[in-house]
Amino acid sequence: MESESPLLKVSNLHTHFFTKSGIVKAVDGVDFDIKPGETLGIVGESGSGKSITAMSILGLVPSPPGKIVNGEVLFKGENLVDKTDKQMRKIRGNEISMVFQDPMTSLNPVFTVEKQMIETILAHEKFTKKQARKRAIELLELVGIPDPQKRLKNYPHEFSGGMRQRVMIAIALSCNPSLLIADEPTTALDVTIQAQILELFKKMQKELDMAIIMITHDLGVVAEVCDRVMVMYAGKPVEFTDTTNLFDEGKHPYTLGLMNSIPKITAEKQKLEAIDGVPPDLRALPKGCSFAPRCKHVMESCLTIDPNLREVDDNHLVRCLLYEESESKKAVTP
Amino acid sequence: MSTLLEVKDLKKHFPLKGQSLFSKEKPVLKAVDGISLSVQTGETLGLVGESGCGKSTAGRSILKLLEPTDGEVIFKGENITNYRGEKLRKLRKDMQIIFQDPYASLNPRKTIEQIITEPMKIFNVPKDERIKKLERLLDVVGLSSYHKHRYPHEFSGGQRQRIGIARSIALDPELVICDEPVSALDVSIQAQVINLMEDLQDEFNLTYIFIAHDLSVVHHISDRVAVMYLGELVETGEADELYQNPKHPYTQALLSAVPEANPHREKQRIILKGDLPSPAMPPQGCKFHTRCPFAEEICRTQEPLLKKVSTNGQQAACHFAEEVVD
Repeated sequence: MESESPLLKVSNLHTHFFTKSGIVKAVDGVDFDIKPGETLGIVGESGSGKSITAMSILGLVPSPPGKIVNGEVLFKGENLVDKTDKQMRKIRGNEISMVFQDPMTSLNPVFTVEKQMIETILAHEKFTKKQARKRAIELLELVGIPDPQKRLKNYPHEFSGGMRQRVMIAIALSCNPSLLIADEPTTALDVTIQAQILELFKKMQKELDMAIIMITHDLGVVAEVCDRVMVMYAGKPVEFTDTTNLFDEGKHPYTLGLMNSIPKITAEKQKLEAIDGVPPDLRALPKGCSFAPRCKHVMESCLTIDPNLREVDDNHLVRCLLYEESESKKAVTP
Repeated sequence: MSTLLEVKDLKKHFPLKGQSLFSKEKPVLKAVDGISLSVQTGETLGLVGESGCGKSTAGRSILKLLEPTDGEVIFKGENITNYRGEKLRKLRKDMQIIFQDPYASLNPRKTIEQIITEPMKIFNVPKDERIKKLERLLDVVGLSSYHKHRYPHEFSGGQRQRIGIARSIALDPELVICDEPVSALDVSIQAQVINLMEDLQDEFNLTYIFIAHDLSVVHHISDRVAVMYLGELVETGEADELYQNPKHPYTQALLSAVPEANPHREKQRIILKGDLPSPAMPPQGCKFHTRCPFAEEICRTQEPLLKKVSTNGQQAACHFAEEVVD
């Protein structure tokens, strides 16, 4: 099993923001690794720390107020946290690329797509302008933009949302990255366009053999494209396992709550089981388990003990006291 | 059940800039181009479609927040299409709207009390009654009495949406148009708000027109569903029937595109080619033919009309609605 060494290994990552009103522990102890060619999903609601995890990997945390206070990010054996800005610039876009949620704001509206693509390519490769242009056309073709030669001359506003996201993906792929981080890449798109883009991700991954970190709030997207999933809540992973296992054998009350909150398109209609309450304020997290105030199975010990992420099964990690030690010892009535 | 609202051939066209020198016709964007619907008292009609299909414009034209270009809106047996001024204002009491963005739809300089009681003030509800009603409304939407002196920025997105809902039902309306009421919310909060809306519907006997792009949410809350494409209805029917047995190729593609939270389900996915055409220059014939996998010659020239495709009143606007196999 352990034949493949991980491409990226994040251990004990803590990214905090030092604000006037207190320390915001946006990412508070995240560990994961990702193998070449694998797709890892990071799921959570707004404020769960999923995007900041990605920014930390790329060294894009705005500082101040943000700071990686602890942990390491090993990419191909090198710790990215220690790299200087200049060194990171070589890695970003080259070895690791990112696709953002909003394709409108992540492209520069005053330059043509050609200029923006060639800029990226020339920043990383020793190409002539002509070669870079050829590469740009190839890339647009690869991501399924019809008539790439002509479209290259267009400005971002001349593309539709889905097409813009394709341009973003083309730029992200321009240097054959071994890791692509996609932060809610389809959230701003309509379902039919989302289906096209997800299909494109799968195709690209197969053709280019790259690893993908897919950050999303949509469990449907996870089921569709991810091999493994990490569910995050209030800056911490609460469950981490294979995608199929998560949907079949999900254990953490938050994971289960999330699954029950989404209406199923095929199922019989019944009342949705919502999770009560709201996510906690990251400046003043409750003592004990962060999810305890919203949890249906809350026990007294949950209010004082913050559980560790522990293995309940092969490759299945859960952060919950319900599954600590022997489950039978503390039979809990819901 | 009686018919609460009937919409006949409703059109809303927006004039566009830049008239060609030689054509007499002014260019218009046909945001809504002839839709007909009826809504029964107490039911929820879901209106779905992709962005730009005209679903929000349709909702607003029904409420007469936008002046319809053509067609009729009949509310409780009265043709309200040409209502103006005082008559229209009185009507507002019975027709309300919940907006998508809970951040933009509440006045940041007013307290919750002012926001929720404002509609009652406008309709001269006496003060003591207003206060009583406010307490009751806060209670039913799951907020507490001590919240009333706070300002919108002190609330989370889900709570703000609850405030918007409380405001919209303050005057005991009969029809509430919900324009993407849960799209801006996180999943766990979304479920809370959907449950709340269902409870309120039972308690106050509300009729909803639920506009959304999330097909699973619409299926969950609606009794009947209407699917829109480029300003027109392409299919309507009972929610369960339509979702299980969609007849129009667009509905089929739309439903198959929804990513499902179930990794085991092997789904036959219909991936539509291309993007939504510009509503300013919709294709001739069937508007969907440019993306339709089954398009034939007739689709390019002749526009299909909504016709009955099942005994339960499911209707689809497709030349091949009976033949298209799923």
